[in-house]
Amino acid sequence: MKHLVSVSDLSREAAIAILDTSLEMSEVNDRDIKKLPTLRGKTVVNLFFEDSTRTRISFEVAAKRLSADVINFAAKGSSVSKGESLKDTAQTLEAIGADAVVIRHHASGAAHMLANSGWVKGSVINAGDGTHEHPTQALLDAFTLRSAIHADARGKGLDGVAVAIVGDIAHSRVARSNLVLLKKLGAKVYLVGPPTLLPSALISQADGYSYSLDDAIATFKLDAVMMLRVQLERMTAGFFPSEREYARIWGLNADRLALLGSNTFVMHPGPMNRGLEIDAAAADSKNSLVLKQVANGVSVRMAVLYHLLSGGENE
Amino acid sequence: MSEFTLVNATLADGSVANIGVTDGVIKFIGDQKIGEQIDAKGLVALPGFVDLHTHLREPGFEQSETVLSGSRAAALGGFTAVHAMANTMPVADTAGVVEQIKSLGDEAGLVQVQPIGAVTVGLGGERLAELGAMANSRAKVTIFSDDGKCVSDPLLMRRALAYVKSFDGVIAQHAQEPRLTENSQMHEGNVSAELGLAGWPSVAEESIIARDVLLAEATGSRLHICHLSTAGSVEIIRWAKQRGIKVTAEVTPHHLLLTDELARTYNPVYKVNPPLRTDADVKALREALVDGTIDIVATDHAPHPVESKECEWSAAAFGMLGLETAASVAQLVLIDSGASNWQRFSEVMSVNPAAISRLESQGQKLEVGNVANIAVINPRTTRVISGGGASKSSNQPFEGIELPGTVIHTIYRGTFSVRDSKLAK
Amino acid sequence: MPSRTVLTSSDIDRAVTRISHEILESNQGSQDLVILGIPTRGAVLAKRIVETIAKFEAIDTNAVLGTLDITMHRDDLDSKPTRSPAQTVIPSGGLDGKVVVLVDDVLFSGRTIRAALDALGDYGRPSAVRLAVLIDRGHRELPIRADFVGKNLPTSRDERIRVLLTESDTENEVVIEA
Repeated sequence: MKHLVSVSDLSREAAIAILDTSLEMSEVNDRDIKKLPTLRGKTVVNLFFEDSTRTRISFEVAAKRLSADVINFAAKGSSVSKGESLKDTAQTLEAIGADAVVIRHHASGAAHMLANSGWVKGSVINAGDGTHEHPTQALLDAFTLRSAIHADARGKGLDGVAVAIVGDIAHSRVARSNLVLLKKLGAKVYLVGPPTLLPSALISQADGYSYSLDDAIATFKLDAVMMLRVQLERMTAGFFPSEREYARIWGLNADRLALLGSNTFVMHPGPMNRGLEIDAAAADSKNSLVLKQVANGVSVRMAVLYHLLSGGENE
Repeated sequence: MSEFTLVNATLADGSVANIGVTDGVIKFIGDQKIGEQIDAKGLVALPGFVDLHTHLREPGFEQSETVLSGSRAAALGGFTAVHAMANTMPVADTAGVVEQIKSLGDEAGLVQVQPIGAVTVGLGGERLAELGAMANSRAKVTIFSDDGKCVSDPLLMRRALAYVKSFDGVIAQHAQEPRLTENSQMHEGNVSAELGLAGWPSVAEESIIARDVLLAEATGSRLHICHLSTAGSVEIIRWAKQRGIKVTAEVTPHHLLLTDELARTYNPVYKVNPPLRTDADVKALREALVDGTIDIVATDHAPHPVESKECEWSAAAFGMLGLETAASVAQLVLIDSGASNWQRFSEVMSVNPAAISRLESQGQKLEVGNVANIAVINPRTTRVISGGGASKSSNQPFEGIELPGTVIHTIYRGTFSVRDSKLAK
Repeated sequence: MPSRTVLTSSDIDRAVTRISHEILESNQGSQDLVILGIPTRGAVLAKRIVETIAKFEAIDTNAVLGTLDITMHRDDLDSKPTRSPAQTVIPSGGLDGKVVVLVDDVLFSGRTIRAALDALGDYGRPSAVRLAVLIDRGHRELPIRADFVGKNLPTSRDERIRVLLTESDTENEVVIEA
């Protein structure tokens, strides 16, 4: 595997291999000496066209724990604003000699373009492109859920596990990547949100959908609910009338948490809008995997870096 | 002036004849021979093609195209007339600018360059441009369009339609409801949902067309709809024509052949306005072209420099080249598919667009006494499209696709602008 | 492919028993002893050794037996296809001050053991590190030797040694392939 642009690039086997490697990486992250020599001499560039301190730090720590050199490159703008073009930036990085480029970009398809342009020789890892995909987030979500469900998760998928993704599906790269990856791992995926934010094309790929979170809880025997962050600009664009109405119909509150029962896990890719899509009772409940998701981010990204950057040409 | 005979050319009706040209005019169609004899056996001779929708980019964007380079591409594509869209810099919204474009076209001398005037000042959509002055200028503008932008204000559209009646003008509408397409990147559907690119709903086009045919009916004016792209638009035009509304419609070669699936490459060469739609839309557009609901094929030839296309999809410019491939796509859709014939081909590529524009010496049947604007093509060849041809730009949407037919000669006012598939000058 | 058996099932059993005794002897009992197998077959052998020791000494298996994966410390990651790492299990008492016996199936170039020594350093500071192998086939590329050897087997470089153990394979034997 050369690039990770989309979770569609991964077979079920490859995804499970990454999750298994992540398990070993998480053990490294638990010990005193949290460092491996594996990627010594390799250079990883974090190319961020969009601010995301969390994701950048997660990739940076992952690369450093594998002994790679890390360069953080915060690029502003695009050819829209006549700022720095993707091509020029990519060629600069190529001149530096990047073995891997971790790219975060506000334009859907930017990672795809970088991987297929011939502008860079190294691996391209998509750290979020517009409203398209965020494959490492989906991998860490799958990893977190798998570990929560299986005591010995090694080699296992998520067969038969029922997951509802709730919120702004239309604009969520996390939802897109999770929909494809979770299904690939055997999970049943349900989409829940306001009709204005549920594209029919994605509904047709899911195992079911609902415009009401209460109906979804009553209908689908959910093992996990994945709450998506609500972007407030969606409200001003008329996708839903108000924060209050959104929270009332699609927010995960104490009542709904009780309806879900004690065997359903609560997930959120962060950062959370507490009181909007999720309230404190749910976010901090004992079934919440939110903190584990954050912690697992480093392990999963270490695994991804390892799988992309090790291995000979004749693979 | 030269004197020559195209020997044994096949005409649109399938008959074979010699075509004699003297002093820029067709002298005879028959058995005779005069002057130089040019073998045209197996070649189809048709009225020179007329493009109602060309972006020549000059003045203002000469790095993309000039009137000269665009004229070359047009001649190589079998065109003897092109209509230069108004979205130049400065905008073609005054008599001065349209006259300048016309004289640049005359200087190039390869095809007739007929300017289109802007409907509103600076394409701003707020005040009518001086439509009468452009109509009465040396450029004799008959078509007005804010193409690239929609005349979305219904009142302004109504006034424009009414106003151009005084000189038998026509408003060519770029049908795109602006609020429904804010930041839109590609056709709204399954592919856009998967790719995470902001959708461009079909209804954004259809709602404007529906409104405008009703306005055209109310005003009794001529309306032309640019680049139809959806099956729903076809239905509305069909309904309007049945009601006797004076509406005409065009379709581009790319909307007849390509679909939104191409966006999966994230290659911005496939980014165009209106966007590539679905297979079902392509099918409806093809049927409408055959049955007469759609009147013409127009290229919407839209050159862009490399840097406008070699970037992220959402940052890239909208538009595709089309002049040198239009006839091939039309042949594929009308002839090779078995759906229609060369007479229909000739109508959609030449006769109808010239009629909409009221161009006098263009789009005339190949008959004695008519000005010799002739395209001669070899329909039995195929070629794999590569690069931008004579255009200054290379945003070629048909790259790597095999298309039928080759333009062999283009004769503009009795003189070869293209001979043996090469530019005469 | 011509192959011949160099150790039978009972040969392997005898070698494991002998190594177990030698380890106890050199360590003067099971005090502070940690046995770490290198996956895959070294881990199997380590388990067999610990089970053998348990027959003679009262030991807490969880405090003695572990595995040490060395994948992430290999020096040939760029030249071989990507391999997924195996599990590392450090015994409950940790490694500090312990006598660690690394167990592998075949000692060849010594590079695996070099990687294992590296990996070990990340988990603690043993008082001593020993090496037990079922087969020593020679051709060392690093200054490394085994403390406990099941069988010394002179080979040519092109030959291939296959250790088959019932826990991971169907057979229980060591074969040599030309």
